[in-house]
Amino acid sequence: MSDKPGEQSYQSIAHTTRRELAGAFVAAPMAMTLQISLASAQSTPAAAPSLPSPVGVTINGRLYALSLDPRTTLIDLLRERLDLTGTKKGCDQGQCGACTVLMNGRRVNSCLVLAVMCEGAQITTIEGLGKGAQLHPLQQAFIDRDAFQCGYCTPGQICSAAGMISEGRARTADEIREAMSGNICRCGAYPNIVAAIQDVMGQS
Amino acid sequence: MITFEYARASDVPEALRLVAGDRAKFIAGGTNLVDLMKVDVERPTKLVDITRLPLSGVDRLQGGGVLVGALVRNSDLANHPLVQERYPVLASAIMAGASGQLRNMASTGGNVLQRTRCPYFYDTATPCNKRVPGTGCSAIDGFNRNNGILGTSASCIATHPSDMCVALAMLGAIVHVSSLSGDRQIPMADFHRLPGDTPNRDTNLESGEIITAVELPAVGYAANYTYLKIRDRMSYAFALVSVAAGLIVEGGVIKDARLALGGVAHKPWRNPAAEVALRGQPANTATFSGAADLLLRDAKGYGHNTFKIDLARRCISRALTQAARGTPQSQSNKKIL
Ligand SMILES: Cc1cc2nc3c(=O)[nH]c(=O)nc-3n(C[C@H](O)[C@H](O)[C@H](O)COP(=O)(O)OP(=O)(O)OC[C@H]3O[C@@H](n4cnc5c(N)ncnc54)[C@H](O)[C@@H]3O)c2cc1C
Ligand code: SF4
Ligand code: FES
Ligand code: FES
Repeated sequence: MSDKPGEQSYQSIAHTTRRELAGAFVAAPMAMTLQISLASAQSTPAAAPSLPSPVGVTINGRLYALSLDPRTTLIDLLRERLDLTGTKKGCDQGQCGACTVLMNGRRVNSCLVLAVMCEGAQITTIEGLGKGAQLHPLQQAFIDRDAFQCGYCTPGQICSAAGMISEGRARTADEIREAMSGNICRCGAYPNIVAAIQDVMGQS
Repeated sequence: MITFEYARASDVPEALRLVAGDRAKFIAGGTNLVDLMKVDVERPTKLVDITRLPLSGVDRLQGGGVLVGALVRNSDLANHPLVQERYPVLASAIMAGASGQLRNMASTGGNVLQRTRCPYFYDTATPCNKRVPGTGCSAIDGFNRNNGILGTSASCIATHPSDMCVALAMLGAIVHVSSLSGDRQIPMADFHRLPGDTPNRDTNLESGEIITAVELPAVGYAANYTYLKIRDRMSYAFALVSVAAGLIVEGGVIKDARLALGGVAHKPWRNPAAEVALRGQPANTATFSGAADLLLRDAKGYGHNTFKIDLARRCISRALTQAARGTPQSQSNKKIL
């Protein structure tokens, strides 16, 4: 560790806070406990428990009336409360795109959206993209083009591609690659992902 | 994330009333604030949701400028016909930043107020004067590849990470602000601060103030401009160095020049002396490298980031060349010509 002056007092602040945070730790929903266990270095005390907030949100065509801890992110609502586990959590920091869903028709990272802010919104996840048992053309094209290996990034890739196509700006392969750069694929299926998207753009 | 109270405002006065109090914060796109709350760097006890405020217009002003509402989303601003036609450097800078998803969420006001990406600022296990004043700066002798080379201080060498703000600084935009005690306007050049010995303060916005709009002046440098961004990968990464350049060239001679740098300082970096020195000069390589030398005269590297001085020098020359030729950097085809 560094021997900078101030290091000592800094660490003792961190210790106090870790203890003070215990209350918040217990109250936190499962998915967030990991974040909270990273003890904070600020000396401000933890706040009182959050009051649940009412939220009305339409997800895949179904209206939900919910009462939520305001800390709940949209991805945690989908996965932990509503069992819509098609949406994946990769980084939880906006850096990978695995959690991409459509909010009022626009692609967003559901890990950075507070669910309480979705009041009145229409959310579409990978589960709601197709019509019943009929796959969305992008889902079919990803299968036809073998546009994945492990498949973990795929729901985010497909929702992102759906949003990108309705934005209507990307045309060339370069433009598609740039417009899809918010979706990381650790398996490196990029060439086939671009091909699948081009198939669907060619059809429409 | 600590617990917080959530409130929704429907107009500016209501938002200002709701935010009164020390630890309340506005939330717009949430792409920076939620991220920082998850790692306990931001710890508001109350969030005031301003996404329903009527601040989503992009309107022409008398006198030729354009007023951009604080809640206009980054993607909508970049694609707005007025911006594409009259301020293409702004559209280009926005499209060079973040991702399609993030730009759909991020707001104009939130982008201006986004916080540094210095890795130690995010890591609550390390000292950081910006996060906890008086604890020290881990970056000065640490991993500082992303940190600043201009206007740094012994307390902090962080950079402001926004691409959009580099174009706003180049254009000479004006930030419109309201509080319970009235309205004021802050030129972009005076909006962000240098770290000095108070790096905990990023900007001159006071607590209790809200950004309502950003005003773009009449001159957009739409014929001769570029936004050149260099990063560790070709897309979806913050700038190591970026340059927004705008020129007015007549018969090969520079009549007016604007230049702002990103990724190098605690604020979008402009040096009026370098712009004055370009005026009246022939638009050629010798002139451009002279301007680059002037801009970087006081640059200081900290080890991992010392390469940025040379990189910035070349970026400035290249950006001015692109602007003079009327061949702005493409943000999809990444070839730098
Ligand atoms: C993975 C990732 C990559 C990114 N890459 C880039 C990049 O390459 N280039 C780039 O420029 N940016 C990048 N960003 C940053 C992104 O541009 C910002 O997060 C975004 O612009 C912030 O806007 P927001 O509306 O979401 O702000 P919020 O998170 O809602 O708010 C940010 C801050 O501003 C305050 N605030 C918001 N609106 C107002 C207002 N009207 N008045 C007063 N206070 C207000 C909030 O209280 C908060 O403190 C990236 C972000 C992520 C997560
Ligand atoms: S450079 Fe600034 S933000 Fe980074 S560790 Fe030092 S004080 Fe903190
Ligand atoms: S989980 Fe949301 S972007 Fe990675
Ligand atoms: S298919 Fe495995 S991450 Fe993309």
